[in-house]
Amino acid sequence: MDKVGKIIKYQLFDIFRNKWLLFYALFFFVVTDGLFRFGGGGAKVIISFMNIMLFIIPLVSILFGTMFLYNSREYIELLLTQPVKRRVLFAGLYLGLALPLVAGFVLGVSIPFALYDDGGQLATLGLLLLSGTFLTLMFTALAFFIALRNEDRARGFGISILVWLIFSFVYDGIILFASFSLADYPIEKPLIVASMLNPIDLARILILLKTDFSALMGYTGAVFQNFFGSSLGITVSLLTMLVWTMIPAILGTRTFEKKDF
Amino acid sequence: MKKKIAQYAFLILALLQGGSVAGQTADLVVGTDGSIPSLKQALELARPGDTILLKSGVYKEGAVLVDKSVQIIGQGFPVLDGEGEYQIMTVTADDVVIRGIEFRNVGVSFVEDNAAIKLEGVSGVRIVENRFIEAFFGVYLAQSQKTLIEGNEFYGTGTREATTGNGIHLWYCKEITIRNNKINGHRDGIYFEFVEDSKVERNLSWGNLRYGLHFMFSDRCEYLKNVFRQNGAGVAVMYTHNMSMHDNLFEKNWGSAAFGLLLKEITDSYITNNRFYKNSIGLYTEGSNRLHVRENTFEENGWAVKIMANSMESEFVHNNFINNTFDVATNSRQNFNTFDSNYWSSYTGYDLNRDGIGDVPFRPVRLFSYIVEKQQTAMILSRSFFIDILDIAERIVPMLTPETLVDAHPRIKKLNVPTGEKENEG
Repeated sequence: MDKVGKIIKYQLFDIFRNKWLLFYALFFFVVTDGLFRFGGGGAKVIISFMNIMLFIIPLVSILFGTMFLYNSREYIELLLTQPVKRRVLFAGLYLGLALPLVAGFVLGVSIPFALYDDGGQLATLGLLLLSGTFLTLMFTALAFFIALRNEDRARGFGISILVWLIFSFVYDGIILFASFSLADYPIEKPLIVASMLNPIDLARILILLKTDFSALMGYTGAVFQNFFGSSLGITVSLLTMLVWTMIPAILGTRTFEKKDF
Repeated sequence: MKKKIAQYAFLILALLQGGSVAGQTADLVVGTDGSIPSLKQALELARPGDTILLKSGVYKEGAVLVDKSVQIIGQGFPVLDGEGEYQIMTVTADDVVIRGIEFRNVGVSFVEDNAAIKLEGVSGVRIVENRFIEAFFGVYLAQSQKTLIEGNEFYGTGTREATTGNGIHLWYCKEITIRNNKINGHRDGIYFEFVEDSKVERNLSWGNLRYGLHFMFSDRCEYLKNVFRQNGAGVAVMYTHNMSMHDNLFEKNWGSAAFGLLLKEITDSYITNNRFYKNSIGLYTEGSNRLHVRENTFEENGWAVKIMANSMESEFVHNNFINNTFDVATNSRQNFNTFDSNYWSSYTGYDLNRDGIGDVPFRPVRLFSYIVEKQQTAMILSRSFFIDILDIAERIVPMLTPETLVDAHPRIKKLNVPTGEKENEG
C-alpha cells in the first residue's frame, strides 16, 4: 500500500506540472458559476449541469485515460524493472490519474455551489458529485483496459471513442427502439433494469427523479420514482455503479499482470 | 304605506352609511345575553326589509331558514356552527344580505349537498365578507340570479374529494358576480354548471383538491384577474361557448395529471393576457375550436401548450414561451391551428434586417414531444443526448412532426404583454 501511495505521489507531481488538471477544475468552476449567474434557481442549475457533466466526464476520462497510458509507456516500463508488484503498480497508476480527476471535478463544482446555493439542493448535489465520481472512476478504468489491450494507438483511441458513443448515444437509441417495438407490453420494469445497465443513463435518471421533473414522466416516472426512491432502489443503484467501476478495473489489472511489455 | 316608506328610507340610509353603522340602527339585535338570544327567533320577528344585527358569540342553531328579505349583519364575526351535522343557512327570499359572519362545521353528507349558505331560486342576494371554515359546500347557488359574492374567505378541510364540497357552487344561475374571494382546501374552488352571463373576478383559489375553477356548460361567462395556485388539477373549462378568460395567473399546478388550464369542447373563446407559470401542462385543449390565444406568457411549464388534433381553427398570436420543457405538443401530423408572431425562448434563428422578426421560421413541436405522445415510457430518455440529436435533425428536416405547425414570424425579443395578475398577489 505504501508503494501505491508513492506512485500516486510521483504521478501527482507529473500531473500538476502539466496544468491540465487545473483547466479541468476551472472548466467545471466556470460552467457551474455561469449557470448560477445566468440560470437562476438551484434545481435548474442542477439539471443543466447534469447534462454537461454526463457529456464531459465520460469523454474526458476515457480520452485522457487512453492518452495517459500510451504516453507513459516508457515510465511504466522503467517502473516495471523495479521490485514492485504489477498489481500495486497498476493501482498506483490508475488512482494517480482518476483521483486528481475526481478532485478537480468535485472542487470545481462545490465551490460555486457553496457560494450561491442556500443548501436547499444539498441532497441532489451529493448525488451529482457521487455519480460524477463513479463515472470518472469507471471511464478511466475502461480507458486503461482498452489502451492495455491495443498496442496500436489509433486503434485504441478509436475503440475508446466508440465505447463512449455507445454509452452516451447508441444505448439510448436502442432503448427508444425497444420501447416502441414493445409498446403493447408493460415494459416499465425491464426498462428499470435496462437503465441500470448503462451508468450514464442511471446517473441521469437518478438525478432527474430527485428534481420535480419526475411529475412530467407520467406513469413511467411514477414506477421509476417508486423504485429509485426506495432504499432498496438507492442501494441497488449504488451497487450497480460500484460494479460498473469494479469490472473494468479488475479486467485492467488482469491484463496488466499478464501483459508482455 | 307610511311605514313602508319609512322602512325604505331606513334601508337606503343604512346602505349609504355602510355596514359599520348597522350596529346602531338595526331593527333587531341578537346576542347571547340580549333579549333575542337566537337568530331563528329574530327571523320569526323580522319583517321584510329589516336589519338583524348578530353580536359576536357562538350560535348553534342547526338549520336556519331565511325566507324574508332581511339583512343579517355580523358584529365581530359571530360564529354560526353547524356542529358537523347541518346545512347552516338556507335562503329562499330575494334581496337578502349576509355580511360579516363566520360559518363553521357544516355537516358532511354523501346524500345531500349541505352548504354553509344555500340559495334556492332567489335574486339580488349579496353575500359579503363572511368566513367559511370547514364548510362542506361553502356557498351553494341553485337557480338563482343577479347575486353578488364578494370578499369572503373559504377554508375547507381538504383531505378527500368525496368528503369535501366545493367552495362556491353554482347550478342553473344567471348574472352572478364572484369577486375578491379566497378559497382553499375545497374540492373545486369555484364550480359552475349551467350558468350564464356571470363574472369571476380577482379571486384567489389555491390548494384545492381538484380544480381551482371548474366550468361546465356555462356560456358567455368571463373570468379575469384571478389567481389559481397549486390546485390538484388546475382549472377546467368544459362544454362552454363564448368564454372570456383574461389576466389570470395559473401557477404551480404541478403533478402527473395537473393542468394550468384544461379546455374541453370550448368554442369561440378568448384567452388573453394570462400568465402560466410552472404548471406541468400550461394549456391543454381538446376538441376546442376557434380559440383566440393572445398575449399570454407561458413560463417554465412542462408542456406550455398541448393541443389535440381535434382542436381546430384556433390562433396563438403574440404569446411568450419561455423556458418550457416542451413548447407545443400535439398528437398528430395534421395541424389546423395558426401560430404566429410569438416569442420562443428556444428559438435559435437570426434576424439579419433587424426588424425584430426572426428570418427563419420556428417549429415549436419537438420530435421528442411527438415520441412521448405516442409512447409515454420514452419519457425516461428526456435530457439524453440521443434525443437532443434527434430533435436537431427533425428541426432541420421535419419527418414526423406536423409540417404546417410553424411560426413564420417568431419574435426575437420577449413581447411586453400586460397581465393583470400582479394586482392580486395573495
